[in-house]
This record gives sequence, C-alpha cells and structure tokens, in this order.
Amino acid sequence: MVMQTSAVEHSHTPSSAAFGGRTVRASAWEAARLILARDLRLAFRKREQIVQPLAFFAIVTTLFPLSITPELSRLREIAPGALWVAALLASLLALEFLFRDDAYDGTLEQFALSGQSLTWLLFAKTTAHWLLTGVPLALMAPLAAAALGAPMSSLVGIVSSIALGSLALSLLGAIGAALTLGVKRSGVLLSLLTLPLAVPVLIFGARATELAIKGSDFAAPLYLLAAFAVLGITLAPLAAAAAVRINLE
Amino acid sequence: MSGRRLQGENLHLWRGERHVLRAVEFDLRGGEVLQVTGANGAGKTSLLRTLCGFMYPEEGRVLWDGADVRTDMQTFHGDLAYLGHEPPLKADLTGRENLRYWVGVRRRLSTSDIDTALENVGAAAFGNRLVRTLSAGQRRRVALAGLSLLDADLWLLDEPTTNLDAKGQQLVSRLIEEQAARGGLVVAAVHHPLDIASTRLRPLELAA
Repeated sequence: MVMQTSAVEHSHTPSSAAFGGRTVRASAWEAARLILARDLRLAFRKREQIVQPLAFFAIVTTLFPLSITPELSRLREIAPGALWVAALLASLLALEFLFRDDAYDGTLEQFALSGQSLTWLLFAKTTAHWLLTGVPLALMAPLAAAALGAPMSSLVGIVSSIALGSLALSLLGAIGAALTLGVKRSGVLLSLLTLPLAVPVLIFGARATELAIKGSDFAAPLYLLAAFAVLGITLAPLAAAAAVRINLE
Repeated sequence: MSGRRLQGENLHLWRGERHVLRAVEFDLRGGEVLQVTGANGAGKTSLLRTLCGFMYPEEGRVLWDGADVRTDMQTFHGDLAYLGHEPPLKADLTGRENLRYWVGVRRRLSTSDIDTALENVGAAAFGNRLVRTLSAGQRRRVALAGLSLLDADLWLLDEPTTNLDAKGQQLVSRLIEEQAARGGLVVAAVHHPLDIASTRLRPLELAA
C-alpha cells in the first residue's frame, strides 16, 4: 500500500501517493482555513444572503414597540421573548443557504471526494455560516434590545446568549439543511425539522436574556446554551456528513 | 511507474426498478484508459458514481490495488479525481480563486502551480474573470486545469469533451494521454471515441 495512513489529517508533510510524492497533501487545518476564506469571500460578493436575515431580525424587533406599546417597562417584559423569537426565525431563514449552493454546483461532491474528512469540512462550513449570520445577529442585538428598553447593563448577557445560541442553532440546523438538500423549496420542511431541536436553545436563550435584563446572574442558562453548542460541535457535523452522503447517491 | 490497478468485479446496480449495471467487469492498470461507451441511459454516469463510492452496487466490488475500496474510502478518494457533467465551479469566484479553493482543500499549491495549469489548458487569458461571465467551454477548460492540479492517480471523467470546440477536444485527449503516460489511470464515459493511442485504450460498452 501507499505511504499514507490515518495520520494524514494532522501531520504536516505527508507525501502524496501521486507520482512519486511530488504533491503535498493539504492538512485538515489548511483545508478548513480555505473553506472559511472561500465562504467569507463569497458572502461579500453575494451580500443579500447575509443582509436578509439581519433585516428580518431588525424589522421584527422594531415592530414590537410599534404594535404593543411604547411604554418601556412593559416592553422590557416582552423583550427576551421578542429578541429570541426574532433571532431564532432569522437563523432558520439563513439556514436554507448553508449547503444549497454548494450542493447545486458540485462543490459538496468534491468535498466528499477530497480525501479529507467530510465531517470536518462541513464543520468548517458551518463555522463560516455562524460567523456570517450568528455573529452579526449577536452584534446587532444590542440595538434591538435598546429599542425594547433593555438596560445597558444587560447587553453583555444578551450578546453572549445570542452568540452562543446562534452557534448551537447553526450546528443543529446543519443537520436539517443537509437532510433537505434533495428537496425543492425546502424552507418549510427545514423549519419543521429544525424547530424541535431549536426549542431548548430558545428557552434557555430567552431565560438568560430575561435574567440579564433583570440584573440577575445569567450564568446558568448561558452554561446550558454552551452545552448545546458543544453537543452540536461534537455530533451535528457527523450527522450532516452522513446526510450529505445520502444525498449524493 | 506506480503499478496501480482498478478492477470492477461483477458490478450490479439497480436504480428503483431499473437494472442499470449488469455484471460490469473490467481490469485497468496504470497507463491504461477505460473508454466507457453506451447509449443515453445505459448507465455511464451511474458506473462512474459507483466507482466514486457515491452509489452502492447491489452486487460486486470495486478494487483499488486489489483491496475493496469500501474498506478505506477516504484514502481511495485521496487518489482519485472526479469530473462530472457540470464543472464544480462557483459562479461568483474567478477561475483562479475557484482552483485555489477547490484544489487547495486537497493539496498544497502555489500561485505558479495555478498559472501553469491554466496556461496548459489555454485558460490563462480568462483565469481572472468571474466564472459566471465565462462560456460553458471556458468553464470546462478551467475545470480541466483543476483536474490536472488535483494530481490524482485515477481520473474519473464524465463526458469530458462536452461544450468544447475541436481544439478543446484535442486538449482533453492530450491530457488523458499525459495522465496515462505518467502511469495514471483514466476512466472516461464518452459519446465519441477518444483520440488516443489504441495500445492504451480499453473499451467498455454498456448495454442499454
């Protein structure tokens, strides 16, 4: 057999089997870095995919004060729910774009044949997706929260809960996004598949936000969100890779 | 020369009610080109996708260097390059960027590697244009540059000459010849016979 073993992933200069080791295989880290760079570059060329969920989030959260009451004390009560429902729906909206283009143009196929772990490559893709949708959402949340009457002191809790929660949502959603690749107009199906997994994130995220607004200690629900994110990191890419493979058949 | 070998053993594939591959057998060694022909729907694409491991045959095995590819798919994938009907290119990236990301996931490559490959397929002039502005034939050429950059022992090509002009078709034949001359293997599904030395050619006709 040839000179490559399962160590290919982390060793730095394994020589390729091809034609006397002229080429050097890319390490797993290099591959992940390239996928991140590629997705960020693509996102800046097709901005509407980033802007759409953010605009949705902004519109929904600003409609609450208009439709319910401008009274800050009452807005403050509904703020956690409003922020989190809007953030959850915006994340779901963005999920549709996660693998769709790559499946359509054959990129996923090439990922599957790259000799790299498909699980790892999809993890890199999902991370890029979170950087492009979850992080901007978390950064925008203070504005929306301020409009809903949340005090300045609560912003740390709100930003960190949405950042962690959206990471968990991106990862859990990746499973649904991969499963619905073969379905045309998959938006509704994707939401149905993802929502049951997303509900715990919504509950703990809203709880952390509520505690932050009240000025209490919000660490406990934040830890639970982190636990969901860790669960997502460990299991979701595996499931997504299996789903993508089924879709390639 | 690396003595690599690809075998198909009694491959049977069903797609729903259709028996697509019926006892397909071949034995291909380094330096040889398997030319797969057959009418539309005869299963050329299915055969290539079965060899890739995307589809599982109901019966039979694919052997790479004598070992069933299913025992270590990832290593096998590291040795092969597959080019399907559509070039795997992103419309919103330039040809050059596409190669950097597509091939770079797999192997290290420098800017000059990309330049050389683009020149080699006559794509240097439009390598910096967004792929969405390229014609189908130009995209195909960029994809061929990627194929040679992947530097794989085994090429699996589905209709590699689609959308190419006469010169482009010669280019495909030349690339395949070069690959075989280096001791590589090529499996090509084609409608028109490839223009390469008959000593290298192993025909495989699929019945419809």
